[in-house]
Amino acid sequence: MTASTAETMHTSTDGVQPDDILATAQALRWQISGDFHEKIVEAAYAEAAAIADSVVTRPGASPRLALDRTIDRIVTSRRWGFPLMILLFTLVFWITIAGSNYPSQWLAAILVDWGHPALKQLVDGIGLPWQLSGLLVDGMYLTTAWVVSVMLPPMAIFFPLFTLLEDAGYLPRVAFNLDNLFRKSGAHGKQSLSMMMGFGCNAAGVVATRIIDSPRERIIAMITNNFALCNGRWPTQILIATLFIGALAPAHLAGLVSATAVVGVTMLGILLTFLVSAGLSRTVLKGEASAYSLELPPYRPPRILQTIYTSIIDRTLYVLWRAIVFALPAGAVIWLIANIHIGGPSIAEHLIGFLNPVGLLIGLNGVILVAYIVAIPANEIVLPTILMLTVLSTGMHEAGAGAGVIFELASQNATYSILQAGGWTLLTGINLMLFSLIHNPCSTTIYTIYRESGSAKWTAVAALLPVVMGLLVTFVVAQVWRLFAV
Amino acid sequence: MTEQKSIRAHAACETCPVHNAGNLLRLGVDMSDWDYVVALAGNPNVGKSTVFNALTGLRQHTGNWPGKTVTRAEGGFEYDSHRYKLVDLPGTYSLLASSPDEEVARDFILFGQPDVTIVVVDATQLERNLNLALQVLEITDRVVVCLNLMDEARRHGLEVDHRALARRLGVPVVPAAARYREGLPELLAAVADVATGRTVCKPRRLSNEPPALKHAVSTLVRQIHTLYPGLPNARWVALRLLDGDESIAAALRNGGLGDLTRGEPVPVETAHPVELEMAR
Repeated sequence: MTASTAETMHTSTDGVQPDDILATAQALRWQISGDFHEKIVEAAYAEAAAIADSVVTRPGASPRLALDRTIDRIVTSRRWGFPLMILLFTLVFWITIAGSNYPSQWLAAILVDWGHPALKQLVDGIGLPWQLSGLLVDGMYLTTAWVVSVMLPPMAIFFPLFTLLEDAGYLPRVAFNLDNLFRKSGAHGKQSLSMMMGFGCNAAGVVATRIIDSPRERIIAMITNNFALCNGRWPTQILIATLFIGALAPAHLAGLVSATAVVGVTMLGILLTFLVSAGLSRTVLKGEASAYSLELPPYRPPRILQTIYTSIIDRTLYVLWRAIVFALPAGAVIWLIANIHIGGPSIAEHLIGFLNPVGLLIGLNGVILVAYIVAIPANEIVLPTILMLTVLSTGMHEAGAGAGVIFELASQNATYSILQAGGWTLLTGINLMLFSLIHNPCSTTIYTIYRESGSAKWTAVAALLPVVMGLLVTFVVAQVWRLFAV
Repeated sequence: MTEQKSIRAHAACETCPVHNAGNLLRLGVDMSDWDYVVALAGNPNVGKSTVFNALTGLRQHTGNWPGKTVTRAEGGFEYDSHRYKLVDLPGTYSLLASSPDEEVARDFILFGQPDVTIVVVDATQLERNLNLALQVLEITDRVVVCLNLMDEARRHGLEVDHRALARRLGVPVVPAAARYREGLPELLAAVADVATGRTVCKPRRLSNEPPALKHAVSTLVRQIHTLYPGLPNARWVALRLLDGDESIAAALRNGGLGDLTRGEPVPVETAHPVELEMAR
């Protein structure tokens, strides 16, 4: 204890002001040796060690620790670390892709094939004007139903699997494997952890960069977090890979091939993280990488049921809810721009026509670019928007219930045929996967970057750099593709 | 220490885990009209968020890796007819405030004036974890140490003498395995005892500094106590000032430190001595 509390209670405050104390401290600092801080810290460590030593006994040898070490030696080894990581992620995606196929079809059958006409009939029965029933049922309901049927099954499988890997203690090992590469890029090794968070949600990943002390390295981590595929983009990657790349392989290998494609895009994202980090740390954000210690937590047997429960509540339903919240107004906007006509064509057709030349030049199309503008608030609604706009622009809506309707997509084949009718090729699929990886972060993430960095300049860099890169990459891929695929 | 238990015979029910667990009402995010504020501190990845979730009924995401919680999470619970606000702080190895997350943790313990600070420590990594616990004890008296991950310690063949640890630290120590809800009733009881003043902690304070420093510290402590009589952590403040800590200097200047003396209960004779044996 310091001076006795009771005693000092009687002392008066006459004369002493805060500034006096600070002056005294200033003066005293010259009298004591400069390394007193280290001495104090050392003393504290010694004290902690002495106490720990006196209360902990090790009666039994610990076979458990030996097992942990053996596993660590394999999963973080130079030879096996990366192959194992790729294998594990491929396995997770393969289970996701193979497992979500049928539930997605069932959900679409219920919500879209059966639910949409039923609802439409009901609303028409009440006698709502067509504008209102179009906006509500064809715009908002259908977009949302599509989001649910496409996103719920993969998320309900992917998130629990990913969380199990996380809870068992595997993710810090991945971070350990990547640490050296981050340091070589001139970035902070802890960036591997914020990147891992980014695989869930980039906004969360940006907040997680708080564990990085140096402002320079923190800005790098924020700007590059976007290259970690987030919740909103996994479904796009998985579906497009299934439709365009898995379809090239024989049926029994399709799932595995699609999974490999998704892993490929994920790895490309990690590679871009390194390249952009290296680029930034050698140009505008120059500096030395700071040292730190990374702790490898013990492997813990995951509590499987609890993990599945919490990951479904916390991540799956949370993300789904977010998607729905954004899909409702987006559905309304889509329906409106498809049904408000300016001098003949609708607003959507104007936009698509305007952006189409640029889109085709980079191996995409005008529809995709419009969809990415509409979907700035949430990556989750990119695909529904693309489908709806494709239907509209190819004039397929004669088959459906009017302009701005995302209609029967009960099976993935139907989705595929819509996209084919929209002039999609394998190149469009590949470039969409690339552009989904390399484009601006969603508005939530951009706002989070602004809040965390407090700098409009770096926020602008973080928002614009990936779009420019994405346009360049897709452009180059398209040119090379067209050169060889005659 | 067993004698004190018998003195409190009338309160025997209160120390029974079954009774206590039944008394816990998880309030989730409802933190209105709280009587006490409890902070949760500890190294990264020792199970703070697991303890937090178990007490509040919230589902703050937990993960087996350091750095999962970087902001403060808050929740509430009611226990023994008192309402508590529980604040989950970011996991840190020290309180020297060299990074934003350390600063969040330190500022809350220092200026947030929690009635009790629970320091969650990893029983399998006691040496490194105690380093933080000792730093917390420098700042505040009202600490309960939750000796978590006892299940892992057992699996690793470690035995931790929590009674001896409590004697060395001068604050209650509760062994627990929060993932399996082991030890939580005892933790609640210990927190309630410290919050209500039934337990008065006599935390261990470091005192092995070189003579020149000792003089400087005691000079400053005297001045600080003149300005803020009853400041519980004057020695720590003195050391921080000598170290040139700007945020502490600012707190001294604007009176933020002075606020700490308000609401600090003066020890009274009738208060029970430290009750160190919590479990079993």
